This record gives sequence, structure tokens and C-alpha cells, in this order.
Amino acid sequence: MNPLDFLLWVAFPYAAMAVFVVGHLLRYRHDQFGWTSRSSQTYENRLLRWGSPMFHYGILMVLGGHIVGLLVPKEWLEFFGVTEEIYHVGATSLGSVAAALTLAGLAILIYRRRLNTRVLLATTVMDKIMYLLLGATLLFGTVATVLFQVFGAGYDYRGSISPWVRGLLSAQPDPALMSDVPLFFQLHVLSATLLFLLWPFTRLVHVFSAPLAYFVRPYIVYRSRDGHRGSGSRKARRGWEKSELPASARDREATRR
Amino acid sequence: MRVMAQMSMIMNLDKCIGCHTCSVTCKQVWTNRTGVEYVWFNNVETKPGVGYPRRYEDQEKWKGGWIRNKRGRLKLRSGGRLKRLATIFNNPDLPVIDDYYEPWTYDYDMLTTAPLSTESPVARPKSLLTGKNMDIKWSGNWDDDLGGSQETAADDPILATMSEHVKMEFENTFMFYLPRICEHCLNPACVAACPSGAMYKREEDGIVLVDEDGCRGWRMCVSACPYKKVYFNHKTGKAEKCTLCYPLIEQGKPTICSETCVGRLRYLGLMLYDADAVLAAASIENDQDLLEAQRGVFLDPFDPAVIAAAKAGGIEDDWILAAQNSPIYKLISEYKVALPLHPEYRTMPMVWYIPPLSPVVDVISTTNNDGEDARTLFAAIDKLRIPVEYLAGLFSAGDVVPVESSLRKLAAMRSYMRDINLGLDRDESIPAAVGMTGVEIEAMYRLLAIAKYEDRYVIPKAHVETARELENLACSLDTDGGPGMGGPATAAGPYGKTPGMPLNATVDNYNEMVGKGGERTKPTTPGRVNLLNWTGGGVPEGMFPPKATGSPA
Repeated sequence: MNPLDFLLWVAFPYAAMAVFVVGHLLRYRHDQFGWTSRSSQTYENRLLRWGSPMFHYGILMVLGGHIVGLLVPKEWLEFFGVTEEIYHVGATSLGSVAAALTLAGLAILIYRRRLNTRVLLATTVMDKIMYLLLGATLLFGTVATVLFQVFGAGYDYRGSISPWVRGLLSAQPDPALMSDVPLFFQLHVLSATLLFLLWPFTRLVHVFSAPLAYFVRPYIVYRSRDGHRGSGSRKARRGWEKSELPASARDREATRR
Repeated sequence: MRVMAQMSMIMNLDKCIGCHTCSVTCKQVWTNRTGVEYVWFNNVETKPGVGYPRRYEDQEKWKGGWIRNKRGRLKLRSGGRLKRLATIFNNPDLPVIDDYYEPWTYDYDMLTTAPLSTESPVARPKSLLTGKNMDIKWSGNWDDDLGGSQETAADDPILATMSEHVKMEFENTFMFYLPRICEHCLNPACVAACPSGAMYKREEDGIVLVDEDGCRGWRMCVSACPYKKVYFNHKTGKAEKCTLCYPLIEQGKPTICSETCVGRLRYLGLMLYDADAVLAAASIENDQDLLEAQRGVFLDPFDPAVIAAAKAGGIEDDWILAAQNSPIYKLISEYKVALPLHPEYRTMPMVWYIPPLSPVVDVISTTNNDGEDARTLFAAIDKLRIPVEYLAGLFSAGDVVPVESSLRKLAAMRSYMRDINLGLDRDESIPAAVGMTGVEIEAMYRLLAIAKYEDRYVIPKAHVETARELENLACSLDTDGGPGMGGPATAAGPYGKTPGMPLNATVDNYNEMVGKGGERTKPTTPGRVNLLNWTGGGVPEGMFPPKATGSPA
């Protein structure tokens, strides 16, 4: 086994997975206050009104496509009569629409973020890194699709990348599956892995607060004062520690009394 | 019957002089921070006027509050659950910051550091969002005292709905002030719209709060509130709103806005209501019946059946006593002079108002008639359609009858009490004309005109004994960018971090903040810099407390 292959297609993905899971758990436990989408809609809405839904709906379609393409084995779909040909046409056409929507949305969002001073000043370094990785992942994926699926003969990633992903998830990684995959697909996978690695430390955590419980809860929520989550002797979460007077101020207070 | 207690407020608009002290003290306590520079939990609007944020009363545009659909069911005007989640990526009804105003500071540094020149140096306004020079074109109360309202008053949504005979002629106009805080509604649209379930109504006192930990920044509460009293903190990305100063209320003390009101026009107290009856009352067909429907939800705290049900529901005896002594109950249910703000939004607001008689009195006085004579006043209330119709647009969904009734009672009180104060005979026909007795009028006069502190604020303390571990409660607002302001000294934002006395909002450690002799402790850093106006250049003296070594004791 090629050590580089092992590093790129086994060690790195597992490291990213570990950071992804542990990072989310730790952040959820310790940084509820920072867990938000940090919307910039109040600064500017004319561009966001178009860019944000385009990007978000596009990326949800992309997510759906990836679930079908990567997690559902080829044989299962064929059992239901979805042949390689049908799948290829469907995936490429739907995928192209989704990619166009997502990329156009992202372009509007990045344009807005760069050129609107209010939004730019509210952008953190982590936001910028995240945008770079997200954009790179989307671009590599689109380029690969355009080169191989739209204009090329069609690359059957369900014979290589998909089993590799399922192997990773079922703890039977096979780096050999990835070594002969075309470069743009490899770049797409690597940049996505890096994005997953950084995910828990970005605003992307808001993906996991999709408020689906809203469908089932009653409209008016009552909570008891005593049931406040912050009460009790539990250690305060990050950002919620009890503040202390500076030592000098405490001394002065003592003398004043 | 499910009896619940609601801490409520009433403002007597006749006494409001528009001094904005409530707004200023509220801002100093709660929104003196980066991210909420533009936020006024309490603001005072001049009416007629466009309000803050601009035209917030235009629900055709902002889609706030509830509506009754064709099947007679209540739904949020901005749409149901599915539509809300479908539009979660971009809230279509959200006001942007320019609808409030772009916050700014001044380049004060220029005044002291400008080089010697023939012209005086000028402190130019700088945007707090971009740091660039800006032209100030609007703010929280730009049309204060009808300033510039030749231009803007026509945009007042209430004025626009009134009949054509209303002209905003500057010399014939009337005005009054409308202080506004969160309504702490019985049927809050903001709570219903929150996708995360982070907003809630407190079971004990009905105060509507945001769980800052649970808020994910979807901003649906901001647009769903028809009063636009939930705000988006653009630094923390979370919703914030008026808390009815719950740390004070829990200690039996009035809110900051009430305590500092120079006109002493605010009243605080409990209302008992039947929580099971709220939905049906809010879904009543005719908008103009909503006022009576809401009055029907309130329970009589003297009724033995209500008392029994309240006790069964866990309401303590001292709270029931407070509900019986509540000035709110007297003004809403006994004297019926207080009216809710925009009942047609169907949120069942719980900050009510006594409509101002002064626009009417002013008109009479300018015509050299006796502005305190009952007959003149009654006639004027009937005749002066414009103020009355406008007030009805605010307080009773356009129905002039409740407003007239309330104004007539205030007029009767004025003229009946004048006779007493002048040593004349009591004219019992005056109270009779408004369906009251002389004794009632005098009691109302004590409450409204004398307005003793203990009569205005009847606030029972929170029951700490049930909150076992309250002393360990870290203030949930006490965080970087949070309203508690005493958060850890992490990196400052682009415009600096606002310091303050560390305040832990608990009943118990309040006593720690008070010295042994009962005097309040001074701010920990006397002579500190007001960082609200700090632009981020350099470290001015007094920004940090003096070092421990060699510091003057």
C-alpha cells in the first residue's frame, strides 16, 4: 500500500471524521451562545434575498445527490430498475442544475460579503477560510462533473469513490479504490474533507440546528423560572462564567465598606 | 380554568412629557453594547408619527402578529409552519437596520487633537457599522415633537387609515407621546414564530424572554412581533428584547423605565388570567370585539373560585394578595380607563395605556373656554373627532366608544376633583354622567394624580425558596456582547467592549451589591470612559481599572 494513499484516503478522512464528531459535541456542550448562523440580513437584504435561498436550496439538492450517489450501493438502484445509463443522465442533469444554483448563489453571497462594507466588517477570519474551502470544494466538484460527465464519456464514481466512502463509514477503508480516481474528483474529495475538519469551528454548525421540531411543538412555549437551564451547581459553560471584580477593585470596595 | 399570573404595565399618557428618560436609562442598563447600538427596548414616539422602526404599524408590509383565517382559526400573518421553514434562508419580512437607523458616533478625538488652524475642528459623524463618515438622516425618534412631520407624518399608518377629513395642517394639529416597551403578550407571536423554541413566556409572571443559548438567529421573532420589539443583535447573531427588568421585578422592584419615569406615569402589577381562554378570545371574529374579549380573559382576584383555582395552580398567597392590590386590575377592569395598544394584532398585549385627554383640553383652552369644565369637556370629546379617531386607531381597532368612555372618565375626574379642591360643593352629577360614583372617582384620582410609589408598583417578590440553587445561577446575560456586560475579557469587537459593573441578576446576591449601611456601591471604576462613544483608536486613560500595585486606595 502506498503510504501517501493511506495518508490521504484513510488517515486524513478518519482524522477529519473524529474532529467533526468530537468538535461538534464539544462545541454544543460548551458554546451554545456561539451556536448561530450569524445572519447578516439586517445589514443588507437586496442581494441576500436572492443569493441566500439560491445557495441554500442548491446545496440541499447537492446534499441529496451525494447521499444517493455515495451511500446507496449501485446494485440497490439497479434492483429498482435504475440502470447506469438512467442514473448517469439523471444525476448529471439534476446535478448540473443544483451546481448552477449553488454556485450562482455563492457568487452573489461572496460578492456581497466583499463589497458591502457592513457585511465585510462582520466577517471573521474563520468565515473567510470557510468560504475559500466551500468555494473550492464546489468548484472542483463542478469542474469534475463538467469535464467527465457532461463533455466526457462519463466517469463511474459509483465504482470507486462510493465504495470508498462506504468503506470508510463501515470501518473497512480501502485506499486503493481512490488512487486511480481522476484528479479533479480527488481534489474535490480532499477539499471537502478539509471542510469537514474545520466544520465544527465555523458558522456551518447552524446546519445541525435545522429547526425541524418546529413542526410539532405547540406555538406558545412556557418555561418555569426555576427550570432555567443555567441554574444549579453545574459548571458554567464557556462564555457564561460568573464575572469577578478585578482584584484592585475588590480591595477598594472592601476599604470603602 | 388555568389561572396564570401576568406582570403587566400601564402607562398614563396624559402625564407623559416626552422627556425620554425611560429610554435613556433603559439603554444604559440593557443596550449599551456593541451589536445593539440601534436597539431601544424602550422608546418614546411622538404621535402622529411614523414610529420606530419606521412604519412598524403597517402590517400589510411587515406581516407581524396574528390573523383570523376563513375557517375562524388563528394563524400568524407571516404564514404557517411550513412557509416559515421554507423561508428560513431569507426572512422576507425582516426590517433591515436602516428601517431603524444606522447607528453612529462622532469623531470626538478630532476636537482635541486637530492641529492649530483658522477653522474650528469639527467632530464628524462616523457610522458604527462601517466606520466611515456618514450623513445622519434618521434615528430612533427623528420626528420627535412632530419635527419634520410635514414631510413624514403622512407616512403614519394609523393616520393613513383614517377618513379623508384628517389633514395634517401644522397649526391645527395635535400630538402626544407614546412610550413603548415589549408588550409581554398573552398570545405572543414572536414566541410562536421562533423555529428553535428559544423564546418563551415565563410560567410564574408571564414575562416573555429569549433563551440566548437556544437562539439560533433565525430572526423570525423580529418580523413576527407586530410591535417590532424583538431586536437582532448583529454582533452576537441572536435575538434580544425587553426583559421587563426581570432581575428587578423578582426582587419586588419596578423596572428601570418605571423607576426613573419623571412623570410617574407607569404602573406595574399583576393580572390573573385564564390561560385556557386566551386562544378563543384572540380568535374572535371582529377586530373591535378584541378589547372586550381580552377583558374577559382576566380573572377577578377577589372571586373565591379564582383564588381556589390559583392556589391549586401553584400561585402563592402573597401573589394573590398582590393581584388583589394591583393597580393594573383597577385601571383595566374596575375603572376601565386603560386600553391595549393595537388589540387588532391579536397578540393580547399586556402593556396598556390610559389615552391622553390633553389634546382635547389644549384645543378647548386655546378657544378661551374652561378646559376643566365637565360639560365643555364632554362636548369637546364628542366634537373633536380627529384626536378621538386617531386614539381609537391605536387603542381599540378603530372603535371610538371605548376611547370616548375612557376620556370622559378622565374629564369627569378632572372637573369633579377641581370642585373639591376649590372648596365648592361636590357635583355628583359629574361621576354619574360617566357611570361612576364620587368615591370611585376619588380613588381613581388618588391612583392617577397622586400616584404614590407604593400604589403604582405592587410587585410581589419571586419565590426564591423554590429556586433551591439560585445562588449559583450565573447571569445568563452576563457574557461577551450579552446585556449583563460583565463577560470575560475576551477580544473586543471593532468598536470596543463596553465595561460595566458586573451584575449577577439574582435575588440573593443583590444584597452583596448594596453596602452595609444600605448605600449602593459605586461603579467599580470611577471616572471610567464611556466606551459607547469610543471609536477604537488607542487606549484612553480610565478604560481599565488601575493596577493593583500602587493604586490609590
